[in-house]
Amino acid sequence: MASSYNAKEEDGHVPGSAGHGGAAEAKSKKPDNTAFKQQRLPAWQPILTAGTVLPAFFVIGLIFIPIGIGLFVTSNNIKEFEIDYTGVNSDSPCYSCATNASWNNTTPCLCSLNFTLSQPFESNVYMYYGLSNFYQNHRRYVKSRDDSQLYGDPNALKSPSKECEPYRMSGAQPIAPCGAIANSLFNDTLELYHIEPNGTRNLIPLVKKGIAWWTDKHVKFRNPEGNDNLTVAFQGTTKPVNWRNPVYELDPSDPENNGFINEDFIVWMRTAALPTFRKLYRIIQKKSGPTPTLPSGNYVLNIAYNYPVTSFDGRKRMILSTISWMGGKNPFLGIAYITVGSICFFLGGGFKQAALNIWSVHGILGGVELSD
Amino acid sequence: MTWRSPLAVVRDALRGQRAREKDLRNLVSNLPYEGLEKAKQPNRYFLGNAIKTTKYTLLLFIPMNLFEQFHRLANLYFVGLAILNFVPVVNAFQPEVALIPICVILSLTALKDAWEDFRRYKSDRKLNNTPCFIYSRREKEFMERRWKDLRVGDFVKIVCNEIVPADLLLLHTADPNGVCLIETANLDGETNLKQRRVVPGLCISDPEFEPESFNGLVVCERPNINLNHFKCYVEKPDKEKVGAGLESLLLRGCTVRNTDHAVGFVVYAGHETKSMLNNNGPRYKRSKLERKLNTDVIFCVILLLVMCLIGAVGHFLWLQALATVPPYLVPQSTGHLDSPALSGFYMFFTMIILLQILIPISLYVSIELVKIVQIYLITNDVDLYDEETDSRMQCKALNITEDLGQIEYIFSDKTGTLTENKMVFRRCSIMGTEYPHKENAIRLTVLDEAESEEEVIFNQRPQPSRTGWSLDPEDTNPKDKAQPPFSRHKGRVLGNAQGDVAFSSPLETEVIPDRKLLQQISRAECSGRRLTDPYLDFFLALAICNTVVVSMATASRQRKSWLPHHGRTNNPLDTLSSLVKSAGSFCHIFTSGQRKPMQKCSLSEDYFQEEDINPPLKMETNENTNDKKKTRSPSATSDNLSYEAESPDEAALVYAANAYDFILLARTPDSVTVRLPSGEDLVFEVLDTLAFDSNRKRMSVLVRHPITRECVLYTKGADVAIMELLSTPYAEHLSGSQKNIAADTQHHLDCYAKEGLRTLCITKKVVSDKVYDSWSLNRQRAQAAIENREELLMETAMQLETNLSLLGATGIEDRLQENVPDTIVALREAGIQVWVLTGDKPETAVNISYACRLLEEEDLVINMSCKNKLICTSILDSTLEEVRRYGEDPRNVDTTPDISLVIDGRTLAMVLSSDLQDRFVDLAKRCRSVLCCRVTPLQKSSVVKLVREKLKVMTLAVGDGANDVNMIQAADIGIGISGQEGMQAVMASDFAISRFKHLKKLLLVHGHWSHTRLANMIIYFFYKNVAYVNLLFWYQFYCGFSGTAMIDYWLMIFFNLFFTSVPPVMFGIMDKDISAEMLMGVPELYRTGQGTGDYNRKTFWISILDAFYQSLVCFFIPYLAYQDSDIDVFTFGTPLNTISLFTILLHLSIEIKTWTLVHWVVMLGSVAAYFIVTLAYSAICITCNPPSNPYWILQSQMADPMFYLVCIITTVVALLPRYVFHVLRNSIAPSPLTQARHLDRLDPSSRDQWIKEWRSFRGGGHVKRSRLSTPPSPTLETPVDIYPQSPTASDITEDDFTLNVITNYQRPVHTRNKDVVAS
Repeated sequence: MASSYNAKEEDGHVPGSAGHGGAAEAKSKKPDNTAFKQQRLPAWQPILTAGTVLPAFFVIGLIFIPIGIGLFVTSNNIKEFEIDYTGVNSDSPCYSCATNASWNNTTPCLCSLNFTLSQPFESNVYMYYGLSNFYQNHRRYVKSRDDSQLYGDPNALKSPSKECEPYRMSGAQPIAPCGAIANSLFNDTLELYHIEPNGTRNLIPLVKKGIAWWTDKHVKFRNPEGNDNLTVAFQGTTKPVNWRNPVYELDPSDPENNGFINEDFIVWMRTAALPTFRKLYRIIQKKSGPTPTLPSGNYVLNIAYNYPVTSFDGRKRMILSTISWMGGKNPFLGIAYITVGSICFFLGGGFKQAALNIWSVHGILGGVELSD
Repeated sequence: MTWRSPLAVVRDALRGQRAREKDLRNLVSNLPYEGLEKAKQPNRYFLGNAIKTTKYTLLLFIPMNLFEQFHRLANLYFVGLAILNFVPVVNAFQPEVALIPICVILSLTALKDAWEDFRRYKSDRKLNNTPCFIYSRREKEFMERRWKDLRVGDFVKIVCNEIVPADLLLLHTADPNGVCLIETANLDGETNLKQRRVVPGLCISDPEFEPESFNGLVVCERPNINLNHFKCYVEKPDKEKVGAGLESLLLRGCTVRNTDHAVGFVVYAGHETKSMLNNNGPRYKRSKLERKLNTDVIFCVILLLVMCLIGAVGHFLWLQALATVPPYLVPQSTGHLDSPALSGFYMFFTMIILLQILIPISLYVSIELVKIVQIYLITNDVDLYDEETDSRMQCKALNITEDLGQIEYIFSDKTGTLTENKMVFRRCSIMGTEYPHKENAIRLTVLDEAESEEEVIFNQRPQPSRTGWSLDPEDTNPKDKAQPPFSRHKGRVLGNAQGDVAFSSPLETEVIPDRKLLQQISRAECSGRRLTDPYLDFFLALAICNTVVVSMATASRQRKSWLPHHGRTNNPLDTLSSLVKSAGSFCHIFTSGQRKPMQKCSLSEDYFQEEDINPPLKMETNENTNDKKKTRSPSATSDNLSYEAESPDEAALVYAANAYDFILLARTPDSVTVRLPSGEDLVFEVLDTLAFDSNRKRMSVLVRHPITRECVLYTKGADVAIMELLSTPYAEHLSGSQKNIAADTQHHLDCYAKEGLRTLCITKKVVSDKVYDSWSLNRQRAQAAIENREELLMETAMQLETNLSLLGATGIEDRLQENVPDTIVALREAGIQVWVLTGDKPETAVNISYACRLLEEEDLVINMSCKNKLICTSILDSTLEEVRRYGEDPRNVDTTPDISLVIDGRTLAMVLSSDLQDRFVDLAKRCRSVLCCRVTPLQKSSVVKLVREKLKVMTLAVGDGANDVNMIQAADIGIGISGQEGMQAVMASDFAISRFKHLKKLLLVHGHWSHTRLANMIIYFFYKNVAYVNLLFWYQFYCGFSGTAMIDYWLMIFFNLFFTSVPPVMFGIMDKDISAEMLMGVPELYRTGQGTGDYNRKTFWISILDAFYQSLVCFFIPYLAYQDSDIDVFTFGTPLNTISLFTILLHLSIEIKTWTLVHWVVMLGSVAAYFIVTLAYSAICITCNPPSNPYWILQSQMADPMFYLVCIITTVVALLPRYVFHVLRNSIAPSPLTQARHLDRLDPSSRDQWIKEWRSFRGGGHVKRSRLSTPPSPTLETPVDIYPQSPTASDITEDDFTLNVITNYQRPVHTRNKDVVAS
């Protein structure tokens, strides 16, 4: 009866045979007993419970609240002044300019606004122009440019990308710079005068260098190479339809600031993320000595009003702002940190209470009851 | 090459088509046509033997593969979107870039397909170039050719251990009996040898076969898929037809064993062979999770469309509100501006492109990847490895692993699934006398005790001491001691070894002859009636009436060489004369020990002189067999024999006969050689074998007795099949025996069944020559028939199997597999209803069910067995009513015993009818377990289907035999047990395991893991994409719904493809919420996955809502922080992208339950990859990707403290609710899973301690172990002997404080079930 079974044993496992196990296991299909294959890798098993989370919430609260306060204070220390010069209301000095403004005007319409700074502005003051309701982030607007052309690629200069349509060619000549963004370049000119108590108007020097990103100015934007003379370099191209001057005459005062590397142009080409935005226009350098950059008092803003915004119900602003390490004035982040920090702090406290209750009722294992 | 007109080619092709489609094929030898051109070949229409399983060809790979891939709807969707990019009006930034993701996905899949196909190609080439011997007329011998050169009509020679190259009709073998042994392991996994024989009467068994002399016409049926069926006849030139069937067919893929060489005629070649027709690719099933996933994808599509619609309408309204054309509105290239309505319409499509990643493109690829690794890990589980058969768990279906975690109903086969299917002869009843084989029983009990001492729950004790062995009174065999099966046990002990000594010990399979019966036999031997003695006949029947193949036990399966020794005994006349002379000259009596050798009381010297066999040798072998000493003699016979049976019952019976020294020595198609206790070898001429079929439930062998020359029909079969065919009681000459043998035997049979034994009746019938002659004519006609052959054969079989005389009955035990009760209890605690569907008798089945704890003693057992439908209906109604009332009774809420249903096949057939099935299902779902007895394979599958469809539950069917195939295929998951009964179940299954106990880990651990992992990963994928895409959506409110993306397009693609794709995949592969030990220890945890599981509508929508919330936070906090500043579009997008990355990854880290090194590496690696890639990209890309040109953006941002401050606060705010939610849930109302995770963190010993305590607290009644003894068998004298102290021994070992209470308490209920029992 047992013959087959005994025989089977004899086949594989002759008692005393040296190969017992060794040879058999080599061929065996037995899976390797490794931690990975057996899914037994050493592991950390955190469980989110009130007990483990309490410290985390407290820590978050403790960190966030000071950060929030710091941010809030910093933001509050930033001085900012904003003035709308769109000229929507008929009593506004720029009303007439606003109603008449058009891309086709050849002569600038001038208007000026008076304003008063109640507090002096210390350190460097940044002068922005702000546009509202201007959708620089419109899908087709955003891509209506040719970066190769702006990078100085001679081929792209002569034959701009199709993305620039319909601002690609003007007649037979390629437009440089092509595209809708360049075409709609902000072209108001702002001048700022300080009116001293005695009535004299002091032109405040506005620095136009350093308003664009360094990388943009030096890497991303390049004039067509091969010729020092920009006029020659841009030969065969034509200016965008809305422009008054060709690209190589954007800044008559500084030849280094012409062509594609004109900083106003570069700033404009960095399309704003949101429909209400500001762009850096000029920098007012801090004066040496104790006098503030912009002392409190009366000022006049002279505007060469070229840029029409009434067509899209837009607003134009001039903003003066000091900046801190966190950029411009924005109390939101500070408030947010304080709020979230407080919530975490109180949540932590609440959990502590809850945890204590549960602990006292169940004990550590008593709470563990597997329901069906 | 001659030119042929196209018309002729077409005509030929059509003719070939017709020839292949015909029901019958006429094949002739190719030899006369050798060397002729193809058009003259007679068999040219049939496929050659070259195979091609590759799907693709080199040239057409790309189009074909794309065509295949586009069958997947998702791919079409993504390609459609990519194409949409190229439509000018949608204003895609860079249409080419949109192609990247879909191309990556498609090419990854294509690479995988190409690799698979290449492997197929290589294996095809290897197969096609395998050498084989084909007869060539020119060379007049068998020439070595390749498999691919083989054509239908060729003659092939196969030598020993070679693989058959095509389906061959066996014409000649080296064996003088015309037998060829084959092993079909390649085909169906059955490793036992099968006999094939040459087509009878065709070729005279010359030593050398002449293929050229073969001039018959082979007519065979159209190729079909059935491996066990073949019909064909050979028409000789003289129009005589010779039938041939499967017994003469060598299937492609089989291996020829133990036969020097064989020659066959190719009937089917290549793709028409049965094995190739059966060779279907892996099964494709769609899991429940995937079905739900698809509906959720549709939800996402709807969500996407809604968002796009909002965008389109918003854009329209925004344009409407504009008074004039602003400078930022770019007209078309023609300078013309579209109307707002048209722009809005176009914007819809732009939005689709922008927000397309809402539908996770990488989801499907990730799921596939995760499943592959899951399967890899499951198959590599060392706990699911079976040392004994050296087999791992196999996953055949690649995509339903997660279904394993959701099973609610298990349908199990009994034999071979719950039990070992290693049949052991236990008892027999001969001529109405019971032979209980007490000695066997005692030995088993001793073993059982050794086993039961081990049975402590959750123990991982080392190998039990082998005291059971030394205690064994019978253990006098030095051989047994010399080789304790260490090697066998070693591996099992690693697992949950609970006393499996008994199962694998050789003792277990050995039959110790019953003393009384031995005496009977020796008396019979000594008496003069030895030719008609029922006792001898009984054992002869056991030895003869089967299809067992005798082979050598050696592993090499070399040809057995006993024949030369006994060559002369083939002459029946010689044997007859000698036997007649020596009749009565042998007599055996016994000395005390059961296993002591029998002694010859008298020995006729002349007898040996007259025998043709060498007497000393004979003596020696004789001694050997009686002694059961192993392999001492070089010419050893019986102990070197190994019996290979298709059914384990048959083997058990042959071994039993062996124990009584009726040794089956050899079996050829025409003869059976049996050695009698006296030592003589009788050669019975086999006239016919009436094979077993499930309709007749019996099989017969018709032999011519070598001495009496009578035709004797030995039949064995199920009692119901046999009892009604009985004629008058056999052996009237028995003095004073007035008792009704049939009635007594039936009584014994019932007792056997109650004990859980499998019963068979053995009968004999002497057929007169006249009857035989006329019958054999019919039989031959039936065999030659090609239509209705089965019916005709069965009819002839029924004709002969009448008026049988009962010899006796046998009881064969089929032991439970190890850990079956444990597994069933665990599965049930896991909330799975276990049904057992068996073909056995109700008594046997109920008994086994108690043993395996499917039924518990305190259960309320409803027994449904009714004769007609009317009664059935009323019983069903009343039972249902009672069960309902019982369940509703508030007093019974806690004390309700579990209700179990036992139903038999006939009743089942009635309740499955359409008008009753609802009520039946209603009843069944209230039952804890259901036991269906006497069910047919078809009923098994219809039960599964019924439950699956009516209750809408996940079903799993597990079985091991061909009769389970239907059920396995009907269930959501089919599991095959690769056991004793071949591989048919395994072939049909989705997963194959080797032991039933593996089901526990497979479901409770791997099922749970697979499900939770995949569910969480999918939810996370949806969340991730919605959270990310919504950032873009919110931005649309600030860009005039113009479809602007503030994130660089490449970074967006990278974000999904690289930065955030690995962590979720790793999450899906490796996350382990609860340890395996915990899942096994507390099966209740499995319930969390049942029903909808972790992935349901609620969790889906919650995660979508959370994604909306998070995206709102991620957008609006930076928005408010950067409001009215000089930030530009893509600089604004950078913190958003970074915040998203952190939020998405930290969200995942909340979900990750266990952090291994891999987790850390992947998570930190993803963050690092993001920064490195983005920084590098920002440093390089000056004008490369208009319009974003991310040059130096991230660098400038990273130099800005605001960036970090914004990132930190946004991430915290975004994750705070989820974090708080998790904390609150875990602290206030922790789910079972959380509690289990708490426990998991305890050290293993205190965890086990806790589990144990909890278990006993919860009700020891469930943990109680019951042994086979529980329902005492009422009538037999032996049960006490078999299990002398069973209940106490096991009960004491456990902590049964509650156990006793519950058992006692429930006792009344138990008795109550008698009332419910319906007749």
